[in-house]
Amino acid sequence: MLDFSILTENLDMYLLGFKNTIMSSLIALVASLILGVFVAIMRIAPIKPLNWLGTAYVEFIRNIPLLIITFFFFLGLKLSGLYAGTLALTIYTSSFIAEAIRAGILSVPKGQMEAARSSGLTYGQAMRLVILPQAVKIVIPPLGNQFINLVKNSSILAVVAGLDLMYHGDLISSRTFVVFDVYIFVAAFYLILTIPLSLGVGYLEKRLAKSN
Amino acid sequence: MLKKKKWLKASLLSLLAVILLAGCGGGKSTDEGKEGGSKETGKDVLSQVKDKDEIVFGVKNDTRLFGLKNPSTGEVEGFDIDIAKALAAEILGDENKVKFKEVTSKTRMALLNNGDIDAIVATMTITEDRKKEVDFTDVYFDAGQSLLVKKGSDIKGIDDLKGKKVLAVKGSTSSINIREKAPDAQVLEFENYSEAFAALKSGQGDALTTDDSILYGMADEDPNYELVGGTFTDEPYGIAVKKGNEDFVAELNKALKSLKDSGKYDEIHDKWIKH
Repeated sequence: MLDFSILTENLDMYLLGFKNTIMSSLIALVASLILGVFVAIMRIAPIKPLNWLGTAYVEFIRNIPLLIITFFFFLGLKLSGLYAGTLALTIYTSSFIAEAIRAGILSVPKGQMEAARSSGLTYGQAMRLVILPQAVKIVIPPLGNQFINLVKNSSILAVVAGLDLMYHGDLISSRTFVVFDVYIFVAAFYLILTIPLSLGVGYLEKRLAKSN
Repeated sequence: MLKKKKWLKASLLSLLAVILLAGCGGGKSTDEGKEGGSKETGKDVLSQVKDKDEIVFGVKNDTRLFGLKNPSTGEVEGFDIDIAKALAAEILGDENKVKFKEVTSKTRMALLNNGDIDAIVATMTITEDRKKEVDFTDVYFDAGQSLLVKKGSDIKGIDDLKGKKVLAVKGSTSSINIREKAPDAQVLEFENYSEAFAALKSGQGDALTTDDSILYGMADEDPNYELVGGTFTDEPYGIAVKKGNEDFVAELNKALKSLKDSGKYDEIHDKWIKH
């Protein structure tokens, strides 16, 4: 059976890691959502240079490994492991979020924008009042995926001594020489975060579908 | 009502997932309980080695002077590698009857106990705790823990570490020792020596700690760094084999002794360790 003494004897290390993982994930989640929305807007705004900038950002960031972005902030900009990892996570996830949001906005039929504009709304108003409320419903499921990925990807912090859950799992494993059980408990802690997140996204999805 | 049911289903599902995971853990640990040597046959490691006429050694690939992959040839080179080859020459009669698998301080024990490798020759210190998990041969190299700092640093020894950031490698004895010897230092642990050294170079820490043998390799690579304060622990390196393989340990000890007697050991030592 699972050796629960591993969990109880190293509980302070697990909890410290859990705390840092929650903190890093929460910050990265909020920040990448904001950044992602901005980039998505840049990509669809009717201003060409902004489109190019947005496209360049997305294509550059999402096509290099998260690990390299993390090393860049850690070794290049000399941020501490926790900050470097969180920042890398934010940047990396924002490129995927931007794509999800852009896809959501584009999936609203073109006629909606045309009708809104011809009824006298400005581009900004039409976006805000007509297009975005419809896009949100479409965007929720892929956004949920990105958030769950973000929480799991936060384990990248372990590589740069970011003091997260995975880092402490590594330490416990190297102290006790137990590999499997230690990481089972690590996985359980990740589940404590990701399952409510999944359920929350599912709930939102249903709520918004009903308002249709 | 329907909504409630859905929630119930969802939470039951997640509970099931946790139980399933726990179940996996259980299965694995009972597996590990069934001791008895090698992976497939259940034979002890020595007879398995003789059967396949080859020894699989777990070696470092990132440790200068001991086990470092040469990017131009793709071969791993170092003191540990030459010792492993010489041991194979003693036991199987041919130094080419070896296979090297990369291990890190973090992975080596698990790989050995899984049967992926027959023996660890990877700068591994003999400790009482580790003796409970694996069997060790006689000492094949004497190292001691030290500190590597940038030249001109105000750290002159273990007593100057108060409030400093010290970098170490996960799974190494040095990361445990340093916490005892310098409890006021902040210890940050990395995956391997190259990452820890890269972190030191980029100013993420004030000192890097591990065995002097490994630190000399780093100072050799970048002369802006030097060892300070001498050694503050004894780190006798041993070759580790899976628990319960006394025959294999005896065979390795016999081979080690004959290497030392024949002068081959000194030859290898002098080739790599020059300080």
